[in-house]
Amino acid sequence: MTNEALQNIISSWIPELEFTQEDSQFLNITVKPEQLHQLMSQLKSNSETNFDYLFCVTGMDWGKELGVIYHLESTTHRHIIVVKVKTEDKENPTLDTVSNIWRTAEFHEREVFDFFGIKFNNHPNLKRLFLTNEWDGFPLRKDYVDETNMIIK
Amino acid sequence: MDTTTVNNFKSEEYFINMGPQHPATHGVLRLLLTIDGEIIKKVEPDLGYIHRSIEKMCERDSYQQIVHLTDRMDYLSSHINNEAVCLTIENALQLEIPERVKVIRTIIGELTRIASHCLWWGVMGMDVGALTTYFYGFRDREMINDIFEETCGARLTMNYNIPGGLMFDIHPNFVKRTKEFVAHFKTKIPEYNRLLTGNVIFQKRMKGVGILTKEDAISFGASGPVARGSGYSCDVRKHHPYSALDKVTFKEALKTEGDSLSRYEVRIQEMWESLSIIEQLIDNIPEGEHKVATKAVIKLPKGEFYQKVETARGELGVFINSKGTKNPYRLKFRSPGFSNLSLLNHIAVGGKIGDLVASMATLDLVIPDIDR
Repeated sequence: MTNEALQNIISSWIPELEFTQEDSQFLNITVKPEQLHQLMSQLKSNSETNFDYLFCVTGMDWGKELGVIYHLESTTHRHIIVVKVKTEDKENPTLDTVSNIWRTAEFHEREVFDFFGIKFNNHPNLKRLFLTNEWDGFPLRKDYVDETNMIIK
Repeated sequence: MDTTTVNNFKSEEYFINMGPQHPATHGVLRLLLTIDGEIIKKVEPDLGYIHRSIEKMCERDSYQQIVHLTDRMDYLSSHINNEAVCLTIENALQLEIPERVKVIRTIIGELTRIASHCLWWGVMGMDVGALTTYFYGFRDREMINDIFEETCGARLTMNYNIPGGLMFDIHPNFVKRTKEFVAHFKTKIPEYNRLLTGNVIFQKRMKGVGILTKEDAISFGASGPVARGSGYSCDVRKHHPYSALDKVTFKEALKTEGDSLSRYEVRIQEMWESLSIIEQLIDNIPEGEHKVATKAVIKLPKGEFYQKVETARGELGVFINSKGTKNPYRLKFRSPGFSNLSLLNHIAVGGKIGDLVASMATLDLVIPDIDR
């Protein structure tokens, strides 16, 4: 399915979505945190879109905002889209989990929590994955400083 | 024994550690097993023993330096990892890559895949108690490593790809020795099958063990031979061809049973397909340059770039978010082993500890790939 056709279908579900194709080879959708779970479950269950394969979950620190980028592919239609979700709350960033839609998200969200400190509501087992429980801070955030372990040029 | 006596034996769940130095974990992976007798109730991987935070280091390094870090992720597919980053950079810069480079990259990529599968086959045999396979697998892998050494000086961490092409041209002996290897290895895969595949003990260890359905494979984000053993067609080389893979014909190895044996058979089949890809390309390496000039300081345009390739373990994705500077703003590696590990609990629960070892061997985990 072409990106335009995808955009037409998806925009009819939730009106406030932002679509863009600049700066990327895929169709990008930006969604508000409170609509994330609804959009994601529809993307998977709708037979026309059928995004059943979540292949990449990237935590992001945009500076002012924290968020997650989801790369989705359909194994039947072979089209790809990118869903972005941003939250401005850097003290206590919280998003809904998608691990009940795609089981691979369980591990990926733990990785995002470990490195960016984003909490996921309803996640079955949200704790540090790579780092120890005593670790202070979230290393992949842009404002993270660790003078003993990091070499800064 | 009547039932009352049987009930007097208390069934009790307890934890044991498998790893981080257990031979079957193939690296420093620690599994926390909850077991009842010998039945597994839960498997929880504990990661991070060799995490180096390559993604954070990439935010500091230049694009040429990043390529060399990727060798250290899945070290058995180092050439393909390098290629993934180079392709992302080249696509972002819209560089026109010479045909010669594409063909050489594909040939070496397939040789890498065979070398990786040889090692996997040897170690997998050893995991289930067949020590001889280790020596057979390493004997054939040695020939490939010698070819690599002659061409680029390295045997494991190749560093042969650079943004814009290849570090050097191929060695004059490359074509001759690759053909020798292909002829040699064609006689060796049947030997592998005679030695291990048909063995009754091996078959009983593998058949019906660690079953993964197609729906679960997709939901867990499985890729590579693990997913193809469950009948999920996911070969990136078929669906999103890169380099010279659109010029060759090959069959995607697929099995539908979803058990350990089918994952095993998919990899054996893949070795045949890789040989066929090499044969199609080795006589027709186009003449031309082995690289195109790039600027000393590479700056990617502003935007987001994604490239996926098929390593020996599955789908490796490289996501770069660039702000137009000489470093990436954010670089993410989607590694195949990470998603494949996440389904271990699903396929191991209800089985015995010995079955867990067999299932894990067919997942073909490389720990630095998971602990990036």
